[in-house]
Amino acid sequence: MSAALLIDIILWGSVIAVGFIAFQRGPTVLTSSLREGTMDFIGIVPRIALGVIGSGYIAAVIPQEIITGWLGPNSGWLGVATAVVAGAATPGGPVVGFSIGAVALKAGGGPPQVLAYVIAWALFAFQRLLLWEIPFMPARFVWFRAAVSIPFPFLAAAIAMAIGKP
Amino acid sequence: MISIAVLVAVSAVLVYRRDGIDGLLEIFLHDVTLFGGILPRVFAGCLLGAFIAEILPHDKVSRSLGPASGLKGLLIGTAFGAILPGGPFTAYPVASALLTVGADFGATIAMVVSWTLIGYGRAVAWELPIMGTDFTLWRIVISLPLPVLAGALGRFVYVRMYPKGADE
Repeated sequence: MSAALLIDIILWGSVIAVGFIAFQRGPTVLTSSLREGTMDFIGIVPRIALGVIGSGYIAAVIPQEIITGWLGPNSGWLGVATAVVAGAATPGGPVVGFSIGAVALKAGGGPPQVLAYVIAWALFAFQRLLLWEIPFMPARFVWFRAAVSIPFPFLAAAIAMAIGKP
Repeated sequence: MISIAVLVAVSAVLVYRRDGIDGLLEIFLHDVTLFGGILPRVFAGCLLGAFIAEILPHDKVSRSLGPASGLKGLLIGTAFGAILPGGPFTAYPVASALLTVGADFGATIAMVVSWTLIGYGRAVAWELPIMGTDFTLWRIVISLPLPVLAGALGRFVYVRMYPKGADE
């Protein structure tokens, strides 16, 4: 809870700071960006509403045991590849993604595979892509970003295999 | 949007058939609460994006984050993503603002990937408590080079896909 409060303070502090800079450029700069930001907000709310209120249903129909199973004590590149797919397919917020990673680690999953899972989840989790990234960014950018990110969970796993886990 | 709506509707029907109206309502109430909590942050994110788009000088941004900004542009994008406060409700509006004021795909990719992989917000709030300090630090150290590499790959592919630097 305190972490969330801290994030809110930093967030609104940043808004006030850049707002102040805008105000120093002149009141019209401040009012026009306030109007711009408010219009963006009004445009985005219905999409976020669909995403946030609907995503619980999507998460509820994807059984988490299946994902944990994929991440089991696999080894080698097949394990990494399944971990990447599982990371992209994991529904829900950070609690779900990290909890599955933690369970997989405890259940004997290899550290490089769990690392690939966490990184793939951070890069591609379909829910965040659909519900956050696409509403805010040009769709062309999102697909492009996701496509060029594909090698990186594998690269991270390769680095992990090379340096080992302390 | 339509495909997401269909996905949500199908999932809701599946939940209803499995858990009945109670299961349907429970998830609905939980998500509406979550939505209410997120809204102020989404508003803050939109304001932050709008202010940044307004106050950043376009010519300077396109010089330091544009297609010709080289490694330095990718490093700036990475640093910016790593220190950006907030969650997806800040990162994506700000990234979108950067694209508007002249950053190229490469630098913006570096920023988004850096925010998602080495940004402190999610790591401190969720990863440290759930995954433990050892794993989190190990993962972040391995992730350090990835945003710059992703941005560089993005730039490399983009120039070949859109050789005229087409805006569309």
